[in-house]
Amino acid sequence: MSETTADAHGAHDHHEGGFWSTYVFSLDHKMIARQFLWLGLIMMVVGGMLALIFRWQLAWPETQVWGFEWISDESEGMPEGYVTPNFYNMAVTMHATIMVFLVVMPILVGCFGNFLIPLMIGARDMAFPVLNMLSFWVAVLGAVIMTAGFFVEGGHAAAGWTGYAPLSTVPEYSGVFMGQTLWALSLFVLSFSSLMGSINYITTLINMRTEGMTWFRVPLVVWSLFVTAILGLLALPILGSAGAMMIFDRVFETNFFNPAKGGEPLLWQHLFWYFGHPEVYILILPGMGIASELLPVYCRKPIFGYRAMVYAMLAIAFLSWIVWGHHMFQSGMNPALGSAFMMTTLVIAIPSAIKTFNWLGTLWGGSIRFTVPMLHALAFVILFVIGGLSGIFMASNVVDIYIHDTYFIVAHFHYVIFGGSVFALFGGIQHWFPKMFGRSMDEALGKVHFWLTFIFFNMVFFPMHILGVGGHMRRIYNPLQYEFLQGMQPINVMITLSALALGLSQIPFVFNFFATVFRWNAKWFRVLTQAVSGLVVGFIGYKSAAVMFEGLMEPEASTGGRIVGTIVFVALTVWIYRYLEKNMAPLGADAPQNPWDANTLEWVAPTPAPHGNFGPTLPVVRRGPYEYSVPGESADWAPQTEAIDPKYAEAGH
Amino acid sequence: MNPVLEAPPKEKRERWEGAPPSPPPEPPDGNGGNGNGGGDDSRDSSPSGKPLLGNTQLAMLVLIAAEIMFFSGLIGAFLVFRFSGKPWPPPFQPRLPVEVTAVNTALLLLSSYTMVRAQLALKKGDAKALPRLLTVTGVLGVVFLAIQGYEWVRLVNFGLTASANVYGSLFYSIIGTHGFHVLSAVVWLVAVLVRAHLGKYSARNPNGVVACAMYWHLVVGLWPILFYLVYLL
Ligand code: HEM
Ligand SMILES: [Cu+2]
Repeated sequence: MSETTADAHGAHDHHEGGFWSTYVFSLDHKMIARQFLWLGLIMMVVGGMLALIFRWQLAWPETQVWGFEWISDESEGMPEGYVTPNFYNMAVTMHATIMVFLVVMPILVGCFGNFLIPLMIGARDMAFPVLNMLSFWVAVLGAVIMTAGFFVEGGHAAAGWTGYAPLSTVPEYSGVFMGQTLWALSLFVLSFSSLMGSINYITTLINMRTEGMTWFRVPLVVWSLFVTAILGLLALPILGSAGAMMIFDRVFETNFFNPAKGGEPLLWQHLFWYFGHPEVYILILPGMGIASELLPVYCRKPIFGYRAMVYAMLAIAFLSWIVWGHHMFQSGMNPALGSAFMMTTLVIAIPSAIKTFNWLGTLWGGSIRFTVPMLHALAFVILFVIGGLSGIFMASNVVDIYIHDTYFIVAHFHYVIFGGSVFALFGGIQHWFPKMFGRSMDEALGKVHFWLTFIFFNMVFFPMHILGVGGHMRRIYNPLQYEFLQGMQPINVMITLSALALGLSQIPFVFNFFATVFRWNAKWFRVLTQAVSGLVVGFIGYKSAAVMFEGLMEPEASTGGRIVGTIVFVALTVWIYRYLEKNMAPLGADAPQNPWDANTLEWVAPTPAPHGNFGPTLPVVRRGPYEYSVPGESADWAPQTEAIDPKYAEAGH
Repeated sequence: MNPVLEAPPKEKRERWEGAPPSPPPEPPDGNGGNGNGGGDDSRDSSPSGKPLLGNTQLAMLVLIAAEIMFFSGLIGAFLVFRFSGKPWPPPFQPRLPVEVTAVNTALLLLSSYTMVRAQLALKKGDAKALPRLLTVTGVLGVVFLAIQGYEWVRLVNFGLTASANVYGSLFYSIIGTHGFHVLSAVVWLVAVLVRAHLGKYSARNPNGVVACAMYWHLVVGLWPILFYLVYLL
């Protein structure tokens, strides 16, 4: 039914609309994509703040968190800025929950899925625009419920993002009352939002590809979003039913998970991980797709092994259903079953390796353009490999007995989720920004942001491998309570300092984003941007130099530390200021239609793409998405709509 | 202007030193054998033809798949407890009303049959039969719900509650979730019925009825499985 209505949209652009229908209850997939982007970025700030607070507690346990001393001492969470044990548990839980469900999923799946699928397959919009709008507003509802949990009596959920029962189901155990229920309710609501998204993505891709867009001419990022949608539609209902049972246990006093009344706590673990492992692939597959999309564009080369990429994604999606036991090796599982889960988990390394080698094959011999999106794509490949390799260690159940629930696990999943998904997310934002907002984000600022993030990401998460192997448990309130961990406390301090730097490193991105969206290019604003970015780098440099000079625990104890720090501070500030002064393009200037010389259909559409995307007629696809540098063709790129030279058309058959 | 954003010279790129030797020129989008460049259109069906399934049917299939996963979570929980080795049903618990529910099952299955008849009527363009058959279907759904509700009240009076033990928790959660689905299906059906009375559907425009019918069949189809598991197993 909607096919025809959607078609009618494009022909005549009559949707002038008021503020509400354009920006709030929009039915246009591109506006919905931007709404998801905003939702994710805002929640990212919340999730990041929580992480910095509990990192502070880990580095300098039971001291006042800097900047929070003003809180009244009657506050339940952080009296006078001290992190209480309950608050610590809550912060860890909510950091992970928010990052997974309200940052990575809304941006990678919600934003990029909505934006790219119709544009890249040559459709005018999603199959069901109203459903699409609902999917966003239901996600907002989920976010509101999730946020409300912070303000209820007893605090927010504090049983870990995995919500293990009975800690999560018996309020007396954790002291959390409404919070945990709201947590489960919010996840339930968010799974509805995802389901609506999946319905749209799958239907649109199957039924609404433009003429000539055969399955194997579909860009890899769209393939990845398709596979993600299938995983999401099958996995999230499992979370929904587990969450429903949790809510029943808490509200109607049923006994699913409470062993004291005949329940079975392991049931929660099985259901959660049966959802959870496909979920982690929901988080990474779009990232893989984005990397596969960016590498050919910036290498000016076809992707290596297009079909292998598609089949590897399908294989990963299938395998992700039979590995969940690797999260439960320590749950008293039969060792034979454990070995079976070990084998299936190790098999996932094969399609992952196929993808990795294909990315390397794409890079090989390419004429690489080191743009900001490309840097992020490269970082994706590097960091995903590190995270994937640590995954293989943990998959071996013998090794996992030792490292389970330690910081090694924390290092692993941050390498795949932050190093993988979030770097792809930043790369994707920069790459598609011109099409989304009609203007290009600045490359120079982007480079400052990239390098800071890349360096401090590694400084935060790499040492966690060492902590983990040293036996540092995850989710502990105060590591100093354990004698055998005290020797490693300097590593914790260094991680926290780097985490603070990682937080500051996002400032250039914020400037870049707002300046471009709102076209702030006044002289004073440019100077402010240069100065703030310079000061951020300088300040981080000051701290690092002082730390290196003086040892980790008391960075600024001596004049020596201060002098060295100051020299580094001035040098770095001036350097970044000058670098930006020289290289920053006019902020928020209009972007050309196809700034990167990319082949895929979204770049055939006008910039920014209008309602209906393609003007009066839909594009007709005549070639694959990655035909860069075809020998014998004059340009090193060719839009998918370009006809093949007739002299080849004969030879092809 | 930022250097990267300028269009590059449109000429053949230089190969890097040390790069592998150039492959022989290959027709763009041809069957290179390995699918490089993402091109291979020879044996692929063209998407521009009529799709196998319309948007509505496809979307409903996706929804149904999700619903089945949702119920398999609950069923999984049921099986875990049912086969945990403890006596089942637990001693001193009221027995579930198998006979009445069997009759109820038959009523529900009948409603699926009337729904199929309604769909056929729509296909034939029988404008009168459609609302009538939809009404019958809906009434059967309501009767099913009423009998279920009556039995619930009796069970609660006999002392089987959701919080008493796992047996009760499972019974009320699974059967309740299904009942809620029947309720939503009935509400949906009423909406479709109103539109059918207004003559909104025809053989060429059946989507609203088709979607509702697919959902109805899902809800009915789930029931015998749940009946077998919860009441008989
Ligand atoms: C080569 C592929 C991978 C393998 C072999 C692998 C293996 C594992 C194993 C065995 C664990 C459990 C460790 C333990 O708790 O003792 C684990 C945890 C985890 N993995 Fe992976 N993994 C892989 C890829 C990924 C990817 C791509 C992601 C996400 C984007 C991911 C996210 C996670 C998360 C979030 C956890 C921790 C869950 C928790 O306990 O909170 N993994 N992985
Ligand atoms: Cu896993």
